[in-house]
Amino acid sequence: MPHNAKSSSHAGLNVAVLVSVGRHPLTARARRADQDARAVEMALSMSDAAVHLIHAGGNGSDNEEALRGYLGMGIGEVNLIKQSSGADVVPALINALRDTAPQLVLTGTRAETGEGSGLVPYLLAEALGWPVINGLAQVESIEQGVATVLQALPRGKRRRLRVRLPAVATVDSSAPAARQSAFGPARRGELAARACASVPDELQAQWQVQPARKRPKRLKIIKSASARDRFKAAAAKADSGSGQLLSDVSPEQGAEAIFALLKEEGVLR
Amino acid sequence: MNDIVRRDPRKEWIARNRLHPEHLEVLAEMGGGDLHSEWIGPSGLTRRNPHAVGFIGPNGIKRIDRSGAQQAATQPGSRQAQPKDTRRRVEIETPAFLVAVVPVLPGGRLSSHDRDLLGLARQLADADPERPGAVLAIVFGAHKETVFDEAGVDRLLELQGDAFSGYLPETRIAALQSVERELAPRHWLLPDSPLGGGELGRRLAVRLGERPATQVWQIEADAASETGWRCTARGAAGTSDIIRHLPRVVLALAECAEPVSETRHAAQPVELAQALPDVLGRIEDMGEVAVDPASVSLSEAEFILSAGNGVKDWDGFHHAAQVLGATEGASRVAVDDGFMPRDRQVGATGTWVSARVYVAVGISGAIQHLQGIQSCDKVVAINLDEGCDMAKRADLSVIGDAGEILAALVTRIERYREQQQENRDAA
Repeated sequence: MPHNAKSSSHAGLNVAVLVSVGRHPLTARARRADQDARAVEMALSMSDAAVHLIHAGGNGSDNEEALRGYLGMGIGEVNLIKQSSGADVVPALINALRDTAPQLVLTGTRAETGEGSGLVPYLLAEALGWPVINGLAQVESIEQGVATVLQALPRGKRRRLRVRLPAVATVDSSAPAARQSAFGPARRGELAARACASVPDELQAQWQVQPARKRPKRLKIIKSASARDRFKAAAAKADSGSGQLLSDVSPEQGAEAIFALLKEEGVLR
Repeated sequence: MNDIVRRDPRKEWIARNRLHPEHLEVLAEMGGGDLHSEWIGPSGLTRRNPHAVGFIGPNGIKRIDRSGAQQAATQPGSRQAQPKDTRRRVEIETPAFLVAVVPVLPGGRLSSHDRDLLGLARQLADADPERPGAVLAIVFGAHKETVFDEAGVDRLLELQGDAFSGYLPETRIAALQSVERELAPRHWLLPDSPLGGGELGRRLAVRLGERPATQVWQIEADAASETGWRCTARGAAGTSDIIRHLPRVVLALAECAEPVSETRHAAQPVELAQALPDVLGRIEDMGEVAVDPASVSLSEAEFILSAGNGVKDWDGFHHAAQVLGATEGASRVAVDDGFMPRDRQVGATGTWVSARVYVAVGISGAIQHLQGIQSCDKVVAINLDEGCDMAKRADLSVIGDAGEILAALVTRIERYREQQQENRDAA
């Protein structure tokens, strides 16, 4: 494990990555979760950072295969906190994070199995009293306990944030893709299992879980008193005539009109 | 012009009396030259002259338009029938409870997701007609929305101030916490969207100590539940449905309910009694970062400048896209002719785009292309043909030579940038 050896000598940043077992969307096989793997990649790409991975959950054979996927990225070991199935992993994770005291906790935005509510990072941050930021695309720099990061927004936009460490951060799908998992290191790596008391999630036991039903498509409802209006709305090809038509204008006038619209919509920077 | 209808009872009497010697003249006067086709008879019945209806069509054949549109248009002096607002007014004076909604207002206006959420809030509030609840909308910072009443808002809490202009989730959560303390809404509804609603809702739920239901797409009344409702939520990356009791904090997906359309509500402003607390934020917003528009994928670009067969000056087009800061798109013809790469093709066979502003330069609008831009908000067409389908779809069409108009637009924007620069220098 060259990475860990290098960073421990520097005694630099201590980064914990919370990883989970993912599920392939098509084959439904257990795999490393996509966003969590991106979080690991982001942690590995930070210079002189000591990266350690924490997983809390059951320890089935499928799960082990999936967790070895993270080991294959060049990680020495994964701290495995054994929990019974249907347990609430948040208390166990809080304990683990209190013990290791990392400066930065990275994780995916939401899990690919189970409830997948994306609440765990917020719950951890609230319990530890740390700030939480979501949707990380890139960590630009970490200096004197302040991290400068880029947050991914919809439509490919980015927002620069500065956050005081220690902090919890979730990684967006637009972060750099995870490196491939190598087979040899994945075999050689260690899953350091540790038993921990499980807190059962009682609320979840009451839920009824079923395969996702296709959502009904919304119908176009035309509320009108007269049959003529309803027929017109049903037979309409395109809503023409609603727009403004500028013909016989000079190019400057046309450009001015377009400019006014662009400015009103706020797309000009 | 005076709107009051002046009636002449004597003339009306003459118009009713077919034996009166002045009958025809009065009819002509009242009908404005036409034969009167409809009048109130002496017993109060509506009488019609079947020979007077209709008009002579272009082939010399009498046509009768029974829709009423033709007659309404030809009747002189008849005032244009204003489309009357038939929506029922609803005012809830003393609500039994509150349902709080925090719309995201992207671009300062209610999005369709926000409206769906308000529809969901109305379902919760209006379930018991004896004891109706009120929908409270909490809006941060400046906005451009004017129709909160039509969207179903009973109470509107506007939290103004510089603190809410940027991305400061901690300040917003503190403000929502004071709303919770003072007004104690029964439910909190937030949109589960990547635009900020999902994040704010999770922060709020954790702060309030409630376990929220996320990605809710349906709610149903359920007497067995302690809240009286159960909800269906997506779980496990959208592959499972979780049916559970409706909690206090709900993060709902788009199209979770029908938006309000039949009623108008008060949208009565409310204020918080206590001033908002000052929060020392640990997250500092450094503003948005300029990204290269060419690197943004076409399907998620916000502003697209798209070229078609009508573009002749390709250098000018690329320059315009660069100056405008727009992502480049193309129609199939431009791609087939080799002027643009295949991954830039917009339409059913290329990429379905969701831009907020789509500028179509020299694209006449084949149906496949129009399908691809279905979800665009504003479409601008620059074209030579004013009868083309794109001009019909567009919110603004400018008829003229594409190259000249683009060049003029580039000059205009460069002037605007210079002005901005001067203002910045002066300040």
